[in-house]
Amino acid sequence: MFDWLKAKTDPASAQAAPELPVSWRERLKAGLAKTRQAVGLTRLLAKKLDQASLDTLEGALLGADAGVPATAQLLDALRERWKQQGGEAGPATPRALLRDALADLLRPLEAPLAIGAHRPYVIMLAGVNGAGKTTSIGKLAKYLQEQRLSVLLAAGDTFRAAAREQLQVWGERNNVTVISQEGGDPAAVMFDAVQAARSRGIDVVLADTAGRLPTQLHLMEELRKIKRVIAKAEPGAPHEVLLVLDGNTGQNALSQLQAFDAALGVTGIVLTKLDGTAKGGVVAAIAKSQPVPLRFIGVGEGVDDLRPFVAREFAAALLDE
Amino acid sequence: MLDNLTDRLSGVIKRLRGEARLTESNIQDALREVRLALLEADVALPVVRDFIARVKERSVGEEVVGSLSPGQALVGVVQRELTQIMGGDAAPLNLMTTPPAVILLAGLQGAGKTTTAGKLAGLLKSERKKKVLMVSADVYRPAAIKQLETLAGQVGVDFFPSAAGEQPVAIALAALDFARKHHHDVLIVDTAGRLGIDEAMMQEISAVHAAVKPIETLFIVDAMQGQDAVNTAKAFNDALPLSGVVLTKLDGDSRGGAALSVRHVTGAPIKFVGVSEKLDGIEIFHPERMAARILGMGDVLSLVEQAKKSVDVKDAERLAQKVKSGKGFDLDDFKAQIAQMRKMGGLSALVDKLPAQLAQAAQSGQVDEKQIARTEGIINAMTRKERVQPEIIKASRKRRIAAGAGVPVQEVNKLLNQFEQMQKMMKMMKGGGMQKMMRSLGGKLMQGRFPGR
Repeated sequence: MFDWLKAKTDPASAQAAPELPVSWRERLKAGLAKTRQAVGLTRLLAKKLDQASLDTLEGALLGADAGVPATAQLLDALRERWKQQGGEAGPATPRALLRDALADLLRPLEAPLAIGAHRPYVIMLAGVNGAGKTTSIGKLAKYLQEQRLSVLLAAGDTFRAAAREQLQVWGERNNVTVISQEGGDPAAVMFDAVQAARSRGIDVVLADTAGRLPTQLHLMEELRKIKRVIAKAEPGAPHEVLLVLDGNTGQNALSQLQAFDAALGVTGIVLTKLDGTAKGGVVAAIAKSQPVPLRFIGVGEGVDDLRPFVAREFAAALLDE
Repeated sequence: MLDNLTDRLSGVIKRLRGEARLTESNIQDALREVRLALLEADVALPVVRDFIARVKERSVGEEVVGSLSPGQALVGVVQRELTQIMGGDAAPLNLMTTPPAVILLAGLQGAGKTTTAGKLAGLLKSERKKKVLMVSADVYRPAAIKQLETLAGQVGVDFFPSAAGEQPVAIALAALDFARKHHHDVLIVDTAGRLGIDEAMMQEISAVHAAVKPIETLFIVDAMQGQDAVNTAKAFNDALPLSGVVLTKLDGDSRGGAALSVRHVTGAPIKFVGVSEKLDGIEIFHPERMAARILGMGDVLSLVEQAKKSVDVKDAERLAQKVKSGKGFDLDDFKAQIAQMRKMGGLSALVDKLPAQLAQAAQSGQVDEKQIARTEGIINAMTRKERVQPEIIKASRKRRIAAGAGVPVQEVNKLLNQFEQMQKMMKMMKGGGMQKMMRSLGGKLMQGRFPGR
């Protein structure tokens, strides 16, 4: 019963992580390699589709945080496709069929971030504590700079100790202006930042906010206020509201999405920390219950490890050899 | 989130009715529901399997006694086992060593290590009167050291400065040396977040551990963590002899199945839980409450405790006396009641602790904190005499009160009506006893407040 569990923490398999991947797809595969080993799908899908392998497969999907409803749906889809192609007589392996089913489930989430014509284009980020908002902002700024867009950061986390400094240090390293205030109201910081961006002709404003748990209703109210003030500074803004989700999060990711969406109207998700063990399945749960575009996935600690999400490649990277 | 385990089981229970003892065959369906409930609570799959096997073993042959149905008996077994696994020998922080006692914190990125360090330092300082030194060996994340320094200042403990260019082991050793020379009782070593599969980083923390020989090595884990908690915990447990676990962000609405996974894998007791962003937001772990939470049964015990802590007992007794007599319950008492409710952290804090089902009902627009504040404001705008004798409040007084409180006159009318009803209810209680009141309460108030499913 614990065989597959052992496989995933085996140091030898952990070392199978590559040295220096080049393309992002390889990088994504590298980041997800552990997931693949963990769920052991490769091994078990080589077999035929009997009840035992379906059971193991169910366990594998559940074990990757796909959640009960999405797992059930994926298994149904697999059975359906298996039957349609005539079982073992058909051309495709169960693995390929499952990959297709997974890709189809995830496809509604595939909508890369497109920076609109509006200047400045304001992107607001929110999420629970420790999800990786500030780190993601750094990576995001880098990503946008590579597309020859000028970026300005608004240090809206005025609560956590040294959050402002964290962003400032990052800004200095990468030559990005950071607008911040000593203490004070996050909404005021946003107002300043948007105005500064407009007067300096900046393309994109990345607005950081303090982490908060959705149960803290007054802090969710504060988020609404921040959004209102941004809209006051720049009509139509924020143009994008990104929810940053920790890839480690279990089924609570769904209630986070619900709560932040109710407060802000989430237009996209950034899924972080996908470079650890057994992750990414929560995406399927999101696709099943509340499909919101997954704009970026974080597959490593480096600044350029934040990548656009492509459903088919994600599914393939999760399931292929 | 209406997936309270008891509810889930009700369908299965119906089929089980009338059986005198639990057998392997009659609990099969019920166990499947338990399995789903645990999975939905993010308990890791291998742990769920082990747990189900254990429950099966314990429950088969269990007699169904008294008024319990077989389903209820099974829930009892599940909760008992869950509590037992997570509880065990839950010990307080061990500081029994030659000072300085070193506490090492380890965990994933964003688990809440630095915040926990600050909370622990505050707790040790205020409750155990220790002289605490904190040091950060996080040379990677920008401003992590600065964050710990700020926290040290906020809780009023000493901070040993370090810099991003230094080696973590050297930092920890220098801090230990400093703590010895300056007679600190406790040294808290915060570390960088790391992945369990990052071998270089795991070796680094092993080296820090070997260098400072901590008496407590605490694994910090996010209560929202999913299935991977089991892998992370195993990797850290393999690299470090963990002596305890701190479960953070428990003030969120996650069911916290990670607690069970981590406890199962490491065997280390869960010593503390983080329950707020504030620096005093750290509490002793209660296994029975966690069990109820994982099963979706709400943290009623914490609610009761919170009520006890924040309600002024004398005040409450005086109120109760008045309520009993039904006489002299005036608007001042009404206000006092409202004030007590606020002290308990406001309605939203209470709602958090209700069972999931009630909480949802309560959150769906029935409870309005603004309305409460407004009510308080209206009472504040009355003179002392008006509060004691509300019947003297007529049109011109109402206009004055409304202007004073900044509300329309109708609001004042509404409040007076409510108060009158309350007084009536109290008189009823005095005259016709509890039952009559409960009936009217049940009919009008409770159902309106918390609509059933």
